[in-house]
Amino acid sequence: MTDMHIDHKVLSDLQEVMEDGYLQLLETFLEDSERRLSQLHGAKSADELGMAAHSFKGSSSNMGAVGLAQLCQQLEERVKVRPLYGIEDLINRIDQEYLEVKCFYRGERERVSAN
Amino acid sequence: MPAEQGLTVLVAEDGAVDRLLLAQIVRRQGHQVFTAENGEQAVALFAEKRPQLVLLDALMPVMDGFEAARQIKALAGEALVPIIFLTSLNEEDALVRCLEAGGDDFMAKPYSAVILGAKIRAMDRLRRLQATVLEQRDQITRHHHHLLNEQRVAKAVFDKVAHSGCITAPNIRYLQSPYALFNGDLLLAAFTPAGDMHVLLGDFTGHGLPAAVGAMPLAEVFYGMTAKGYGLAQMLREMNAKLKRILPVDMFCCALLLKISVQRGAVEIWNGGMPDGYRLSADGAVLGCLGSRHLPLGILAPERFDDSTEVLPLAAGERLLLLSDGVVDTADEQERLFGVERLREVLAANRDPAQLFDEVMQALERFGGRPRDDISLCDIRMFSGEDCVPAPTLYSDSGRSSPLDWSLGFELRGESLKRFNPVPYLVQLLQEIHGLRPRTGALHSVLSELYSNALEHGVLGLDSQLKRDVQGFADYYQERARRLLALADGFVRIDLKVEPSGAGGRLTLEVRDSGAGFDVRSVLSRPSLEQDLSGRGLNLVQRLGSCAEWCEGGRCARVRFEW
Repeated sequence: MTDMHIDHKVLSDLQEVMEDGYLQLLETFLEDSERRLSQLHGAKSADELGMAAHSFKGSSSNMGAVGLAQLCQQLEERVKVRPLYGIEDLINRIDQEYLEVKCFYRGERERVSAN
Repeated sequence: MPAEQGLTVLVAEDGAVDRLLLAQIVRRQGHQVFTAENGEQAVALFAEKRPQLVLLDALMPVMDGFEAARQIKALAGEALVPIIFLTSLNEEDALVRCLEAGGDDFMAKPYSAVILGAKIRAMDRLRRLQATVLEQRDQITRHHHHLLNEQRVAKAVFDKVAHSGCITAPNIRYLQSPYALFNGDLLLAAFTPAGDMHVLLGDFTGHGLPAAVGAMPLAEVFYGMTAKGYGLAQMLREMNAKLKRILPVDMFCCALLLKISVQRGAVEIWNGGMPDGYRLSADGAVLGCLGSRHLPLGILAPERFDDSTEVLPLAAGERLLLLSDGVVDTADEQERLFGVERLREVLAANRDPAQLFDEVMQALERFGGRPRDDISLCDIRMFSGEDCVPAPTLYSDSGRSSPLDWSLGFELRGESLKRFNPVPYLVQLLQEIHGLRPRTGALHSVLSELYSNALEHGVLGLDSQLKRDVQGFADYYQERARRLLALADGFVRIDLKVEPSGAGGRLTLEVRDSGAGFDVRSVLSRPSLEQDLSGRGLNLVQRLGSCAEWCEGGRCARVRFEW
């Protein structure tokens, strides 16, 4: 659970910028990410998939989830190239990466709310 | 690092995380934030809150950032509302689309508070600059309107003054650019009490209001002195002294002043600094130039001012063309001037005098000159006696104090003969008599004629036969000036006697001189045509007075007016 998943510098900057809003930001990210994941799975077209990947990339990069942001970007690029064979594999890797970082952000939420 | 003054900022971003983060970054920098989740909300919120700066996500549901940017820019109108696109788009064409939709800058994810702060400050500077430019533009527009309005008012006032004369007389044709006054051009015309016509074309230095202010006092002197019967020399002296006194050093007035005398068949000219005027035959051939021989008005001190004029014969139907330097100095794109040669070609080609101005203007246009608004053209035809009836002078008093029983003797000697013209004073005095007022013109003509006869033929001994042709005119007036300068003694005496007679009265006017006299019988018996051109104007005097006689061997003229 270190460098390849999370950029801790980004996270500490976030905490400073957000001040009291840091906790809300963490909660929003966790909720928003669940919605993005279900958009990825429920997408009915390549465009929808691309949009969801684009948005998820934006929020995860802002949250310092560098691994997740990278995978989302790969997906965003991949969607533009037909045929879409093998794209499920990329979505699965995003699922797994999110499971990894979810634990971290939940831990962070516990830590902050305890203070 | 808050900006100098907090701005109102609209953040439009569909991702909840990004929106929350961005709003907080911006708020921490001292701004007030409104948030929207898509393009449609953003446009509605913009219309409602009128924020000063917009952060806009490019890809949003419902309405994307590109369309929202276009609508926001349209709503913002002339004011600059900077739009910073929020995007992780990295393709070139997507960035180009952001700018083409009206975006002013980009901001890439992940957001950096430092960079965003710097960008907002930079955009704020642009915004203020644009606001200043707009404000100054509006200010200039207001000033411009104000100025135009002032000019309209000034022009309306001035037109009343300028047109109080006879510039609309049937023998004058003129063309002036509408706002020529504000380039210092001035055109005045008025009848003297004797029925002569004075015309002034002037051109003040400079432009705008400063060039126009001198016009008022000049017009005042011109009309006032013309109405009182003063000649060109006195008027010029007064105008020069007045302008010298009131104008700043770098301002003066080029002027061409004319006196057209139908009774003498002559024109008297003074040109100080104006372009050549032209003397034209009835069919438009150039007979001669009226060139500048003096410095403009308002430069020389009174004691150095030269009021000497030229006198040229001008027959009925012959014309004078006057113009301002706006005509010959019109420049084309290569800064070449239209010039005198081209003007003379137009004059030579002219067939119908009524078309001359149009032809000059067309030639200027063909020449490719930039249109100038200081073009003045004036074409004056020598009228015949019946052509023009001087407008009656208006009086302001009731006439009750009209004196009816008095006499006055007035004698001018030596030095006074050189400088002083008593006619205007005497005419002024005689205007106190109401019964004589309708005949002011005749009185002025008779007095002028008798006085100049007494001075020129009597005291100075000049032979009027000299004035038979153009050269003769010039010689005559040169000789007149020479003899006047050398004059040591001699006198002209004028006696006025006013008596009541029944319901009216009688004026007896005697003009005596120290000259040799003349053979009254032989001069009076000459055909009148010859007399009109070069004679002593005796027929004229006989015609205008109630009765006229010459006695004491031609040294005394006696004229009676009865009413």
